[in-house]
Amino acid sequence: MTAAIEIRDLHKYFGDLEVLKGIDFEVAEGEVVCVIGPSGSGKSTLLRCVNRLEEPTSGTIIIEGNDITDPDADVDRLRTKIGMVFQQFNLFPHLNVLRNLTIAQTKVLKRPRDEAEEVARQVLERVGLSEKIDEYPIRLSGGQQQRVAIARALAMNPDMMLFDEPTSALDPELIGEVLDVMRGLVRDGMTMMVVTHEMTFAREVADRVVFMDEGIVVEQGPPHHILVNPETERARRFLRMVEAK
Amino acid sequence: MYALAATFIAAVVLLADWDRIGFNFFNLEVMRDMFPEVITLAARNTVIYTALSFVFGLALALALALMKLSTIRPYRAFAIGYIELFRGLPALITLIFIGFGLPIAFDGFRTPGGRVGAGVLGLSIVGGAYMAETIRAGIEAVPRGQVEAARSLGMSKSRTMFSIVLPQAFRIIIPPLTNELVLLIKDTSLFFVLGTTPMTKELTKFARDVMIDIRNATPLTVAAIVYLLITLPLTYLVHRLEKRAAVSR
Repeated sequence: MTAAIEIRDLHKYFGDLEVLKGIDFEVAEGEVVCVIGPSGSGKSTLLRCVNRLEEPTSGTIIIEGNDITDPDADVDRLRTKIGMVFQQFNLFPHLNVLRNLTIAQTKVLKRPRDEAEEVARQVLERVGLSEKIDEYPIRLSGGQQQRVAIARALAMNPDMMLFDEPTSALDPELIGEVLDVMRGLVRDGMTMMVVTHEMTFAREVADRVVFMDEGIVVEQGPPHHILVNPETERARRFLRMVEAK
Repeated sequence: MYALAATFIAAVVLLADWDRIGFNFFNLEVMRDMFPEVITLAARNTVIYTALSFVFGLALALALALMKLSTIRPYRAFAIGYIELFRGLPALITLIFIGFGLPIAFDGFRTPGGRVGAGVLGLSIVGGAYMAETIRAGIEAVPRGQVEAARSLGMSKSRTMFSIVLPQAFRIIIPPLTNELVLLIKDTSLFFVLGTTPMTKELTKFARDVMIDIRNATPLTVAAIVYLLITLPLTYLVHRLEKRAAVSR
């Protein structure tokens, strides 16, 4: 299997604070990897380094064979291959749902408008929100906004998707609909890297779970191993804390 | 306290010479004589000067705001210097400098459009400095997540700025930008200093000339009313626009 994402010796400092202390990590094509760990463990920073929203201090990140950390890399083009979903949705509030889904298609991929709108309709159906095509984001619930945000990423036909705590900003009753959409992507064979606190979801869909703490990967492996019977004391303590909640 | 104020107002009302005030400030005959030129010439010129200064000033302001937010140091330094300079000077000085200073210093220097052109250029330069700060504040008020979302979709920095950030920034700054517009309307009254012809007078100069001519203050009252007829609908329009923008936020 080819690696979709390959991370080599990644370090990241914020000022004097070292948030990533040498991460080595791979996501294979079609693999679903869930990254878990306490807040401040560096998992979101790691995810944001993958498409260089966060500038790595040192180390290498290779996307489908292209070094995205190379100063000469065409980062904008590589990013079109990497869909990203944010905790706060970040839909464009001045554009309706259709325009949210087409703007990058027409401006970045240079797709003709008809084609972009056709793609938009398809991905919107995939997330079950066809009837909201003319609405503005403000009129949608948090769950619906996040589903539109997923559709916006899908409209670019990415080869992989990054999820940065996609359900953490949602009311509990809205989490299910977003996870359902993500399950659909897993079934379709999408390569996914998901930073999440949803342990049940991770156990159900992940091919591999990565446990991070204090800027390093402490442990990784299949979910039934990491989430049920971890080897390290740190992972055990984290799981007990999560279950207690 | 209120009693004191009431007594004072009552005294003014009783003691004032109402005939005299009426004759000098609200003289219907004088008002009639000012029409239609006060509208077709003076108010029209005021609106044209304001519109030109606003459009050029806004374009200049956008460039300055982007320079001030640039990562390139000389751009930032230039924008800061420019903004501080022209916000710190009286607009009158800038107008005189453009209209008289430059032609003295450089033989044959002519602003396109003559004296009006010099006035528009001067007000654009001043308005640009003020509006640059407004636009910059608007850009910075757009949440960081908007830029991240746009960049993660592969949009370049400039594409993100023009398609995602600026449209949202301008919605945010419509009210302060209107304030700048109202200020510009009033500042066109400074054009007189550059010299006028009968055809280029704006409202204040027009009213002042009539006043001096007939030794009666009513023209100022008329000018004041016309200014308000321009500015008040403007504020109302902006109020409407704000409401509409609120729907899409």
